[in-house]
Amino acid sequence: MTADAGATAQSRPQVRPWHTIVHAALKDNDVRLVTYVPDKVLTPLIAAIEADDTLTSFATTREEEAVGILTGAWMGGMLGAMLMQTSGFASIPTVLASLAVPYQIPLLMFISERGTLGEFNLGQTLVCKTVRPVLDALAVEHHTITRREELGFVIDRSIKQAVAIQAPVAFILSPILTGGKVFEA
Amino acid sequence: MIEKTQTRRPGQFDNAKIVNRFDITQRLVAKLHNDEAVVAGIGNTNFDLWAAGRRPQNFYMLGSMGLALPIALGVALAQPRRRVFALEGDGSLLMQIGALVTIGKLKPKNLTMLVMDNGVYQITGAQSTGASGSADFVAMARAAGLEHCFWAADEANFEELVDAALSSDGPTFIAARIDTKPAVATTARDPVQIRERFMRGLGVRGD
Repeated sequence: MTADAGATAQSRPQVRPWHTIVHAALKDNDVRLVTYVPDKVLTPLIAAIEADDTLTSFATTREEEAVGILTGAWMGGMLGAMLMQTSGFASIPTVLASLAVPYQIPLLMFISERGTLGEFNLGQTLVCKTVRPVLDALAVEHHTITRREELGFVIDRSIKQAVAIQAPVAFILSPILTGGKVFEA
Repeated sequence: MIEKTQTRRPGQFDNAKIVNRFDITQRLVAKLHNDEAVVAGIGNTNFDLWAAGRRPQNFYMLGSMGLALPIALGVALAQPRRRVFALEGDGSLLMQIGALVTIGKLKPKNLTMLVMDNGVYQITGAQSTGASGSADFVAMARAAGLEHCFWAADEANFEELVDAALSSDGPTFIAARIDTKPAVATTARDPVQIRERFMRGLGVRGD
């Protein structure tokens, strides 16, 4: 190793990537089931979770289905989380309003935010604008996370709160945090 | 022009007797001696479960049409030593047909699905479903990767299939052709009470 390389390593301390922080926060809070409908941005998180033998994880065919599975698992004593992108969230308001909210389920929703900060698909930009108004209309707590420094704290505290007050919570993972998805010509 | 031909192949479906939802629900409940969980879908399916007798291990879905199978799957994953039944209508199954694919892949040993097929959305005015007269739910379940899939030939056969499901080492899918009679009672619609009672029934919550 040259002196220069050593100095570079020293001046750039290893930072935990966002997906490692999410993965750790889930495990720290005894989340044992993770379902997902994939999203490009979520790829490293899904890979880490799939590689973790202590977690049950699988893809669902729709996000609605995941709300049902996590509701059943919670009632059976197992806390779960679901991963989706903004357009996936837009497919679940009816089951949030008829199942997760009225039955008081601590449903943990991780939403990769598409449709902003460099979006190339008009449809994504429109559906993105529906996410927060829907969550607000249902009085569901939500946090948009932009900074890695806040990520672990927000998730940890919010999972504990969701379980304590028996209510869903949504984590909107901003492209500022994840890098987002950009047009590749 | 679309030809109105029936594409369902002759077979078990055509030979299946038309039975009554409340009757076979009672027959199911009478066989549950080990605190088996029962998750019933929207409308008549859970109304008749309610009418068949109060059990703390019953879950009644008041909305979220189509999610009885996913909810039951969640319970089955969380409590692998408990047998779990999902009761679902044909119209409801169509709304979340992908759930069969997920269950077909995961193959939870302790899950049994019972689909009540009368070919209509009975509670909204008996309009025909998109599957009525054509699609075969048992064939669809088999194609989704489930091995133990049956049309109940009659009441006695339904009971035999439930007995087999209770000791099966894989998920079971049972479909029954039912009449269009409405449910015999209506479930008390209190979501929090339903959920809390169910969690106590599953031993997740103490008194």
